[in-house]
Amino acid sequence: MKKQKNAPRLGNLTGGVSSVLASLVCILVGLVVGFLVLLVLGGVTLAQEGTSFSLGELLKTTWEQGFKPILQGGFYAKANTMGMGVRMEILQAAPLVFTGLSVAFAFKTGLFNIGAAGQYTVGAFFALFAALVLKWPWYLCLLAAGVGGAIWGAIPGLFKAFLNVNEVITSIMFNWVGLYAVNTLIYQQGAGPMFNANTTKTYTLKEVSPQSLLPSFNVKVGGEDYFGKLFQPTIGIFIAIAVAVIIWIIINKTTFGYELKACGHNKEAARYAGINEKKNIVLSMTIAGALAGLGAGVFYLSGSKEWEPLVSTMLPATGFNGISVALLATSNPIGCIFSAIFISHITVGGGFMYAKLFPSEVADIISGVVIYLCAFSLLFKTGILRLFKSRNKPVKAIVPDKGKEADA
Amino acid sequence: MWLLLKYTLLYAAVLMLVAMGGMFSERSGVINIALEGIMVIGGLVGVVMINILNAAGTPIFLNILLCMIAAGAAGMLYSSLLAFSSINLKADQTIGGTALNLLATAVAMVIAKRINGNDSPKITYSANSNQLFNNSNFSFNIGPLTLNWFLVATILLLIAAWFVLYRSRFGMRLMACGEHPQAADSVGINVYKMRWAGVLISGVLGGLGGMAYIVPAVGDWNFEMGVAGMGFLALAVMIFGQWKPLNIAGAALFFAVFRAMANIFDSIPFLASLGWPKEIYNMMPFLASMVVLAFTSKKSRAPKAEGIPYDKGSR
Repeated sequence: MKKQKNAPRLGNLTGGVSSVLASLVCILVGLVVGFLVLLVLGGVTLAQEGTSFSLGELLKTTWEQGFKPILQGGFYAKANTMGMGVRMEILQAAPLVFTGLSVAFAFKTGLFNIGAAGQYTVGAFFALFAALVLKWPWYLCLLAAGVGGAIWGAIPGLFKAFLNVNEVITSIMFNWVGLYAVNTLIYQQGAGPMFNANTTKTYTLKEVSPQSLLPSFNVKVGGEDYFGKLFQPTIGIFIAIAVAVIIWIIINKTTFGYELKACGHNKEAARYAGINEKKNIVLSMTIAGALAGLGAGVFYLSGSKEWEPLVSTMLPATGFNGISVALLATSNPIGCIFSAIFISHITVGGGFMYAKLFPSEVADIISGVVIYLCAFSLLFKTGILRLFKSRNKPVKAIVPDKGKEADA
Repeated sequence: MWLLLKYTLLYAAVLMLVAMGGMFSERSGVINIALEGIMVIGGLVGVVMINILNAAGTPIFLNILLCMIAAGAAGMLYSSLLAFSSINLKADQTIGGTALNLLATAVAMVIAKRINGNDSPKITYSANSNQLFNNSNFSFNIGPLTLNWFLVATILLLIAAWFVLYRSRFGMRLMACGEHPQAADSVGINVYKMRWAGVLISGVLGGLGGMAYIVPAVGDWNFEMGVAGMGFLALAVMIFGQWKPLNIAGAALFFAVFRAMANIFDSIPFLASLGWPKEIYNMMPFLASMVVLAFTSKKSRAPKAEGIPYDKGSR
């Protein structure tokens, strides 16, 4: 990054290809680890039950009951009645694109937004409040979700810019504050206006405010509705793709995006060039927060899940998976679309495994391994670039260099 | 009041252990944000060990010691993943740590579910389940006050940490690697080795801290929620304690009071009469840490070279 010169067009292209290849290597290794974990789990379980089995049988079971569902994701044959699995995959991919964009956008300014989970939570609250209490139409609810996330994202930005507190620490603390605050506000000792005491969840959008539901769509396959009549995917995924394109334009084609990237590469140099780096830090975190909030909006306005304030003791996984999405995409907004679909794919697939042998969390292990590898995927990238050209060329870093900060 | 003191000391011990872990790692130059995950792994292995030793029938005191060693060793093993990626492969330390946090929860869930025949990620180790060796063995009473063996271990380790850091050649070298690794290298200190040592020590303390958090307070643990942000709170304690053992001890006591209130607020008449929901108390330690950091971080003095991978070639 220090030595990056005006690389020729071809250099950019091979750089892009090698990023994709590096990510694919991460995924491949992650999947291999996942397979081995499944193999061990299956073997241990069968041995405990006293079933005798040969290695071939174990391999077959692991493949059929465990690994195949993960690889096939929403397309796994058993679940594919009326496109149910595919619908789930689309439904979960949309918020992941947003949280991925959130993390990726902050990366561009050299900030690590580990707070996407908290911003997502607050965004969910704003969306549900706008829908269930104010009964707004869906596009206003979505906007509200964005505003909620933006507020929660702005806080770490302000702390970082004006009080010199590391955004990682602030985001983490406000993740928990957000989670507890949202649970309290929804539950309100059982008297919350959004809280349905019979189901111990928030009211469904369908019964209280149908106009707040995102429009859904269907696909004709062989003259029949692929997704059936009852549960259809929403347009959330298309909104997500559109926003990803907008973010790509902002980052790559506008002065504002250029300033953000300049701050990410070198804070001091950016300030010397007349860029207000404090303003950019706050703005970057605010936009990142808004993106995470929108993600919660497209998920909770789809009507397929309600908030459960009594059992939501952990932060939403979608927020943290956003980190995987952004890293796999090497912070490229368009790449976030594909990596979100991948993460959603293996998560949905994980749920289709034979649960007696293989817990669905194996999918989380795979994505955990993938991020761990992404942290040093620069190594893979260098290796791949060397394959392209035998000469040693400077390699573009995946994440802006944030090591030089010595703040709290 | 005795109850408040009991829980304050309990959580203070946890925060001290884990924050000291963070201190050793960061003093050597590696940001250890994976402490949360290390705690989860340490806690998991600790409670599994309780259930294993329950069947073994070994003397109680030996059991306690073995459990602590197992938790610490598990934390150390897990932290080696962070050391490998951030020292040898020069990866981004924050991202590597985050990955390990996510991985820890997933691994703990899978293992806990496996132990329960894939039903729930909750592991029980309480006296109610007719266990001979259970979580109550880790506590003892002095008059009306209940203390636990982790607290004793923490105090011993705190003293040891102070001596190691300030009065041993190893400690001085460790701190040099966190301040100016190039200078340390030039006088013949192996920076990679010292950083490995720093991270592994933090793994031991983090793993032990994870068990200290889970075992004395409750008789079963649902690994779905990891350790509920305690590892991150310990990082705030470490910053508030300015990377110094004795200051960390003070900071840990301060935060532990807030954390303890969430457990016992309904048994204190004044707080119960306020009628606030439990979540408000859950929130308090996190809000307190933000207020404290906002006021102190302007003059905060972190190890100078923390977060920067050391590259021998760029000296």
